[in-house]
Amino acid sequence: MAETFPRGRTAIVGAATHGMGEAHGFDAMDIAVHASVKALKQAGLTPADCDGLWIGLPQDYISGLSFAQQLGLHPKVTGNNRTGGSAFMTHVAEAALALDAGIIDTALIAYGSVQRTASGKLQSSARPDAFEGPYKPVLPVAAYALAAARHMHQYGTTPEQLAEVAVAARDWAKLNPDAFMREDLSVADVLGARRVADPLGVRDCCLVTDGAAAIVMTRADRARDLTATPVHVLGTAAATFHMNISMMPDLTVSAASESGPRALAQAGVGLSDIDVVALYDAFTINTILFLEDLGFCPKGEGGRFVEGGRIAPGGALPVNTNGGGLSCVHPGMYGLFVLVEAAQQIMGGLGDRQVPGAKIALAHGNGGFLSSQVTTILGAPDTV
Amino acid sequence: MTAPAPETGIKPEADWLAHLAAGRFMLPRAKASGQVFWHPRVAEPRTGDTDLEWVEATGRGVVYSTSVMRMRPPKPSYNVALIDLEEGPRMMSRVDGLPPEEVRIGMKVQAKIIEEDGAPLLVFLPVGGA
Repeated sequence: MAETFPRGRTAIVGAATHGMGEAHGFDAMDIAVHASVKALKQAGLTPADCDGLWIGLPQDYISGLSFAQQLGLHPKVTGNNRTGGSAFMTHVAEAALALDAGIIDTALIAYGSVQRTASGKLQSSARPDAFEGPYKPVLPVAAYALAAARHMHQYGTTPEQLAEVAVAARDWAKLNPDAFMREDLSVADVLGARRVADPLGVRDCCLVTDGAAAIVMTRADRARDLTATPVHVLGTAAATFHMNISMMPDLTVSAASESGPRALAQAGVGLSDIDVVALYDAFTINTILFLEDLGFCPKGEGGRFVEGGRIAPGGALPVNTNGGGLSCVHPGMYGLFVLVEAAQQIMGGLGDRQVPGAKIALAHGNGGFLSSQVTTILGAPDTV
Repeated sequence: MTAPAPETGIKPEADWLAHLAAGRFMLPRAKASGQVFWHPRVAEPRTGDTDLEWVEATGRGVVYSTSVMRMRPPKPSYNVALIDLEEGPRMMSRVDGLPPEEVRIGMKVQAKIIEEDGAPLLVFLPVGGA
């Protein structure tokens, strides 16, 4: 049976970031408030207009309450779902359902973290694992390294192909003034970078930065009155097969193989309709796995697919046009930045990195260790 | 090992560690389905069956994937691997007995209980013909 989703009946009317890179002197809550106010302002709204809030700050287990207080919100619905970095796509799904049901009128989805200036280390909120902890896997990178090693073994994917993903992300980042790393990067640079967990080196890994993001959603009829460029939510589907990497049934196939087709079916669009792709690239292997699992190329062909700058500026498929988690921003959880970039591409006006005439975007979130996979399809008004 | 009382079931972490301390590599099994699974937990995944027992593993396995955790010298780098057990389940462990970067996917391995950081630890050693 086909899933029913309120296709196109809700829309993003504001999408903003704040404190990208380093936000000295501010905490996570501060920059998340800034991003929220910016996103609301795009639609002529204020915090008082929000009656639904979705948030999950890494260091604040009860951020649904504390963040509401920061903004003076009185939410009717508060979402604090945490599936790792994909949580924000699940927030979009929940917000769409609550809006469409008429329970709320305006949803705010926000996130912020100051991992870089606070500690310089990726912070994890996962609890210690009694059965795997003694082997000291350096998480999350160890999990992704094991997946990369298996993909290389099974399909002949090469370190050079993984490096092409990092280079493409960097070439996009060079077009984005907000991106954290904009220096030249070559395949040789990626291969020669410090090794972290074989086969991944430090340039195969996402950044550790500060940053906040926010999006504002409302029903489609109201969206038209608030902005000239509403971005409609055409579909969102989530799938999860495991938590620990050892429990992943096949390390070369993520649950994106299920979430992607379901989201596309909800949206009633095919892959050839997608103008711009935003994927959660925590590590270079992610981009290859997700391009395969979402169906942009056959399983095992992801390495060859990204060769020759195919996903870089000027390539056939624009992927991670902000520079991704690899070169733009990665404050612990990157999923909301994926959504912001996808939405802003449809809104237009992104300067050098704007994909001309982008109407349909695929935003894909990843949480845990290739665990939670959530795919969202966004579209311009004339795609509804 | 006598079967645990059904009303209490197995104690995943405590039982696992007690078996290791006694030199035994044991795996949880659901009595009804006969399914051996990893990691230990109080109910069989999917069915929720709590009538479980511990059975001794053969210790034979094959490396499914492998990585080297690269440390800044002088801290030594070390192996982390996923091992497909002969009984079916896959587990995270480490392959000892050779340099960490020489562990290969498909390598046949045999379990061994060692002591590390004052506690028993299950690792794997390569067996001939890998």
